[in-house]
Amino acid sequence: MLFDIKNLHVSVGGKEILKGFNLSVNEGEIHAIMGPNGTGKSTLAAAITGRDGYEITEGEIWFKGKNIMEMSPADRANEGIFLSFQYPVEIPGVSIQNFMRTAINAKREYQGLPNIAMPEFVKIMKEKQAMVEITAKLQNRYVNVGFSGGEKKKNEIFQMAMLEPQLAILDETDSGLDIDALRIVANGVNQLHNDNNAFIVITHYQRLLDYIVPDFVHVMYDGRIVKSGDKSLALELEEKGYEWIKDTIL
Amino acid sequence: MDSNPNENIIEQVTGKEYEFGFVTDIETDFAPKGLNEDIIRLISSKKEEPEWLLEFRLKAYRHWLGMKQPDWAHLEIPPIDYQDIIYYAAPKKKKELQSLDEVDPELLDTFNKLGISLDEQKRLTGVAVDAVMDSTSVKTTFQDTLSKYGIIFMSFSEAVKQHPDLVKKYLGTVVPHTDNFFAALNSAVFSDGSFCYIPKGVRCPLELSTYFRINAANTGQFERTLIVADEGAYVSYMEGCTAPQRDENQLHAAIVEIIAETDAEVKYSTVQNWYPGDKDGKGGIYNFVTKRGICRGERSKISWTQVETGSAITWKYPSCILKGDYSSAEFYSVAVTNNYQQADTGTKMIHLGKNSKSTIISKGISAGHSQNGYRGLVRIAPNASNCRNFSQCDSLLLGDKCGAHTWPYIQCSNDTAILEHEATTSKISEDQLFYCNQRGIDTEKAIGLIVNGYAKDVLNKLPMEFAVEAQKLLSITLEGSVG
Repeated sequence: MLFDIKNLHVSVGGKEILKGFNLSVNEGEIHAIMGPNGTGKSTLAAAITGRDGYEITEGEIWFKGKNIMEMSPADRANEGIFLSFQYPVEIPGVSIQNFMRTAINAKREYQGLPNIAMPEFVKIMKEKQAMVEITAKLQNRYVNVGFSGGEKKKNEIFQMAMLEPQLAILDETDSGLDIDALRIVANGVNQLHNDNNAFIVITHYQRLLDYIVPDFVHVMYDGRIVKSGDKSLALELEEKGYEWIKDTIL
Repeated sequence: MDSNPNENIIEQVTGKEYEFGFVTDIETDFAPKGLNEDIIRLISSKKEEPEWLLEFRLKAYRHWLGMKQPDWAHLEIPPIDYQDIIYYAAPKKKKELQSLDEVDPELLDTFNKLGISLDEQKRLTGVAVDAVMDSTSVKTTFQDTLSKYGIIFMSFSEAVKQHPDLVKKYLGTVVPHTDNFFAALNSAVFSDGSFCYIPKGVRCPLELSTYFRINAANTGQFERTLIVADEGAYVSYMEGCTAPQRDENQLHAAIVEIIAETDAEVKYSTVQNWYPGDKDGKGGIYNFVTKRGICRGERSKISWTQVETGSAITWKYPSCILKGDYSSAEFYSVAVTNNYQQADTGTKMIHLGKNSKSTIISKGISAGHSQNGYRGLVRIAPNASNCRNFSQCDSLLLGDKCGAHTWPYIQCSNDTAILEHEATTSKISEDQLFYCNQRGIDTEKAIGLIVNGYAKDVLNKLPMEFAVEAQKLLSITLEGSVG
């Protein structure tokens, strides 16, 4: 098993948000997590990636057979966990090229490898840019500065392609995307998907799941998964609404 | 800019402390401690100076006696006992040097350790260096190449001997000995430094560079740099400096004067890396420096670019007098303070000429318990019509125990001037750090990355070779500033 969360309880500012969350992910799988606002979807992403202020009071997170709960956020990333941010952050003055090279070299250092050679890096940049249809010269653009909503999300997928994580979490990557950007983002994910990696797609809407077809759909409510199924569950949810979930569990 | 060695340097260097803190064991010739007219006479005679220069020194000294150390800066300066300082220290020379082979190997080794090769064969092409240790110049490289163009680049002492008329013509014309307390002190006791003269119409083919090193204990360093670009000349000049790690404070009070005649251009870049003291604020250099240039002729241009990372206390305002019509001046500064460092730095742009133009970009970065201030004056004289100034002063805070301050002064006596001032204060956000962390970049590296991005506008103004050093320094200086 690639990734396993057991009975996870997470508090933010003393308030319990995740209340016994369980999820097992195997290599090659795509899991969609759906649910209304405020059920803890983004908290889940933050807890997995080790963000400060998200206190794990109970439970375990296992990745590639390692308990990652004591690892720093950077180490978790270098182990191969990637988060596509709901709100990507601007870093003025830092070119995307420089940012990516720093990230790739950090990972390589973590793996005991030497820095990436420049020609190889440039080649990979070009390839991955093409994958998400970014035409701009990234060496001249600062990380997310002056990007439109769609560009920011494309940039997240571009970074994911560069770093080739084994587990990628997409936190509402579809929010604020027009249909073209949505298609590009989904295309990127589908190209990257293979038998050795896995995706957790967090979304409100089933729209994205027309493009990224999940193996499993989980519905979250009040800090835990209350219903799981295959992709048809997303359609059913779309049709019946979240009220239906509330009714079925209460 | 494409990808170059600069960009990944940050990661190689975090985790280093002040790396130039070593002491060279070399026989040194000292003057006795303290300051009086005899000491000044001694310095002057050691340097075999002409009478007029001794008079210049004595006049300055007598003026200094009546002055008080300035206390208006936002600095806490512990009392300095000016009688407890050695004003002259020089590595002992056995005889006059004819070639590099005769330079003491210990000295060569010192500069090699600092990454300054005095061997022209091994030197990166394109940079001529004057290396100054304590009170004297050790060696100036590429003299032959430069003299072909009529360029004079040599130690100050040497210039006094070989080109007394030029030195006399320009010395003290931009920073008079009466200018301020530290300028008066320097004028009285200055030891060595660099002199540079670019003749009419000559574009200096090499970057000129002076590297200052304080080595001896209990000594002050008082160097004097004079750069003259005659009509239509161009020169790019770089200054670097380091000092050993010592528990006591050492005084550095230098003067730099720049003169740009009609259509001349001077670019002056500094990476200041004097020993900043330890984590608890013990030791470090007191850096009280007067730097000023004058755009004397029409369309002349001077630019100051400084990266200030070192020194326990910095008091420094590289300034420009824009006397020529259509002259222009620029000031680009990154000042970083960490631990208990204090910096009060900025610039003065004095517009006297019509249609003169100045730009100020100042980026302050404070961490630890440090205090970092920008102090700047833009003055437009009554007859200076159609002048322009653009000022941008940004402060970046790391942590909540440091301070950032900005004191912009504007004195405008001409209605046709257009003056713009922008200022921002920001903190490195948790969001930015976590974003970097999530990409595998640890917090220390992330800070280096973000800070270098923040300072990019200034770093881009540095000559390539300096830019690399400056980027490294920013990261090293901020090492350990999180948490």
